[in-house]
Amino acid sequence: MLIDIKNLYKVYDLGEVQVAALNGVDVSIAKNEYVAIMGPSGSGKSTLMNIIGCLDVPSDGEYILNNKRVSEMVDDELAEIRNKEIGFVFQTFNLLPRANALHNVELPLIYNGTTRAKRKEIAKDTLEKVGLGNRMHHKPNELSGGQRQRVAVARALVNNPSIILADEPTGNLDSKTGEEIMQLFEDLHKAGNTIILVTHEEDIARHSRRIIRLLDGKIVSDEATKN
Amino acid sequence: MISNSFALVGEYISMAWVSIISHKMRSFLTTLGIFIGVTTIITIWTTIQGLNNYVNDTLSEIGSSVVYVEKFPWVITGDFFKYRNRKNVTWNEYEAIQRYSTVADYVTPQVVSQKTIGYRENKFENIAVLGTTESFIETSSVLPSEGRFLTELDIRNRISVCVLGAELATRLFENTDPIGKRISIDGLKYRVIGVLERQGDFFGQSRDEYAVVPIGTFRNVFGPHRGMQIAVMTNNADAVDDMKEELRGILRKERKVKPDEEDDFAINEQTQLTSFYSSTTSTLYAIIIVIAAVSLLVGGIGITNIMLVSVTERTKEIGLRKAVGAKRINVLSQFLIESVAISSIGGTIGIAFGIIGGSIVLSFMQVDTGVSMSSIFVGFGFSALVGIISGFYPAFKASNMNPIDSLRYE
Ligand SMILES: Nc1ncnc2c1ncn2[C@@H]1O[C@H](COP(=O)(O)OP(=O)(O)OP(=O)(O)O)[C@@H](O)[C@H]1O
Ligand SMILES: [Mg+2]
Repeated sequence: MLIDIKNLYKVYDLGEVQVAALNGVDVSIAKNEYVAIMGPSGSGKSTLMNIIGCLDVPSDGEYILNNKRVSEMVDDELAEIRNKEIGFVFQTFNLLPRANALHNVELPLIYNGTTRAKRKEIAKDTLEKVGLGNRMHHKPNELSGGQRQRVAVARALVNNPSIILADEPTGNLDSKTGEEIMQLFEDLHKAGNTIILVTHEEDIARHSRRIIRLLDGKIVSDEATKN
Repeated sequence: MISNSFALVGEYISMAWVSIISHKMRSFLTTLGIFIGVTTIITIWTTIQGLNNYVNDTLSEIGSSVVYVEKFPWVITGDFFKYRNRKNVTWNEYEAIQRYSTVADYVTPQVVSQKTIGYRENKFENIAVLGTTESFIETSSVLPSEGRFLTELDIRNRISVCVLGAELATRLFENTDPIGKRISIDGLKYRVIGVLERQGDFFGQSRDEYAVVPIGTFRNVFGPHRGMQIAVMTNNADAVDDMKEELRGILRKERKVKPDEEDDFAINEQTQLTSFYSSTTSTLYAIIIVIAAVSLLVGGIGITNIMLVSVTERTKEIGLRKAVGAKRINVLSQFLIESVAISSIGGTIGIAFGIIGGSIVLSFMQVDTGVSMSSIFVGFGFSALVGIISGFYPAFKASNMNPIDSLRYE
C-alpha cells in the first residue's frame, strides 16, 4: 500500500472545548488510485489532506507512507518527505507573485539540490506537459485563473511525487475552466500518477475512481465510482 | 544538510535581490542607518590609518637609538610654567658629554637661528640655519645627495662653508649646480660644499629648507650664548636606557642640580612622540567604538523591524516554501541573507563615502598616503555583523512558522 492510515485522530484543543477534526479514521490507498474525498463543510477533509500531505501531524494513530512511519517524524524530516513524495495543488493556487511561471515550477527542485540548469530544463518540460509551454515567462498576474492552476499543477508534478494532493482545486475556477483542470488530472492519472482530491461538487468527484465520504471526522462511506 | 544550504547561497542571494528591488524605498530607508554608521567609521578609520602610516614613516627616521638633550620635553603635560625658568643647554654640557660619556658613540651639538639667505638676486628670509658638527650625518641619518657634508677639518678650522637642504638648494639655484657657489647668510659669504638628500614634507611643512654650517662658524658669527640641542647616539640599541641614565648623571653634575631637585633639562627620544601619538589615536578609536555601537543599535533595530514586517507580509510565501520542502535552515538562511544583503548595501556605499571622506580629511592635513585596504574589511565586517545580528530573530521566527497556519494566513 502507498498510504496506510490506522485509527487516526486530530484533536484541536481550544481551551474550554476540544474539537476532534478527525475521529478515528482508517483508510488505505494504493499506487495509481484516483480518490475523491467529500463531505460537508467542517467534516475534516482538509485536516485529513494536510496529514496525508505531511503538512500536519496527527494527535494519535498511525500513518505509513511508502513504508515510512510518517506519524512519528519531526519538522525537517517531514519537509524532506513533502519534497520527495508529495505534490500539492491548492484552491488559491499559492504561486509566488513576483516569480514567473518557470520559477514557480522550479521551486521544489531548489530544495532538493537540483542544479540551476537541470532545474530549468525539468520545469520547462513540466510546463509543456500542462500546456503552458508558451507562458513560461509570465508572472501569475499575467495569467488567467485556469492557467495559474496549471502552473500550480506543474509545480506539484515537477518532483515526480508519489502522490498529488489537491484541496478543492477547482474551487476558484468557473465550471468550464474547472472541467479543463479535471481533464488534466485525468491525463495524469492515466500516466500512472496517484491523485487524491477534496471537493464539494459531485460533478468533480465523478472524475475519480473512488469516493470517500467524511462526516464529523469519520469515514461514512468508501466506494468505487462507475468509471 | 549544511552543505546543501551552502550550495543554495546563490539562490538566497537572488531571492534577497528580488525582495530588495521590489521594495526599493523601504530597503533604502532601512539601510540608511548602516550607511551613516559605516561612513563615519570608515572616514575615521581611513584617517587614522593614513596618519599611522605617515607618522610612523616619518618618526622612524628619527633613529630609535638617538636621544636629544634639550631644555624642554617634546610632549609637555601639566604645568608649562615650571619649565620656563630653566637654563639653556649650552656648549659646556656638550663638552661634558663628549668627555664623560662612555656609552655614547656620537654627540652632535645643534644650534638653530632664522636668517636671510641669498644667492645673486634670489633672497629668502627666515630660513633655518643650523650650526653643527660632522657627526650630524650619523645622528640625523641624512646623507648628502651632491657634494659632501661638513668634515672635522671644516669644524675645527671654522671654515665658511655650508651644506643646503634639497628644497633650499632648488629655490636658490633653480637648475644650476650649487656646488662651489657662494651664497650669503646675513650678508656673509659661504661656499656651498654639498646638498642633502630630500626628506619630504611633514604635514605640509618642508623639511628640506635649511642650511648647515660648522658650529664654530655659527657661534663666531651669531654669538655663542644660544640654547642648544645635543643629539646623542649609541650604536648599541640595547644601551639606550643606560645612556640616558649616564647622561642624566653628567647633566645634573654639570648643571649643579641639587640631589633633592628635579632634572632641569629634558632627554627626548622618538618613543615619546610615538606614545603621545598613540594616546591621541586611542581616543579616536574610542570614538569609533561608540559610533559603531550607536549605529549598530539604530541601524540594527531598523533592520530587525523591517525584517519582521517582511516576514509577516510573506507568511504565505514561507508556508508555500515549506510545503514544497524547505527546511528550517533553508528559511532561516534565506531571511538572514536578505538582512545581510540590506545592511551590506548600506555598508558598501558607506565604505565608498568613508574612503572619500577620509581622503578629504587627510588632504586637509596635507598628508598624502595610500588608502588602506583594511577599511574595506572593516566596513564589510561591520555591516555583515549588523545584518546577521539584527536579522537573526526575524529569520528564526520565519523558520519556525508552521506550514499550514502560514498557508492559511491572509
Ligand atoms: N487550526 C484549527 N484550530 C481549531 N480548529 C480547527 C483548526 N483547523 C480546523 N479546525 C476544525 O476542525 C474541523 C475540520 O476542519 P477542516 O478544515 O478539516 O474541514 P473541511 O472538511 O475541510 O471543511 P471545508 O469544506 O469548509 O473546507 C472544523 O470543525 C474546524 O473548525
Ligand atoms: Mg477544507
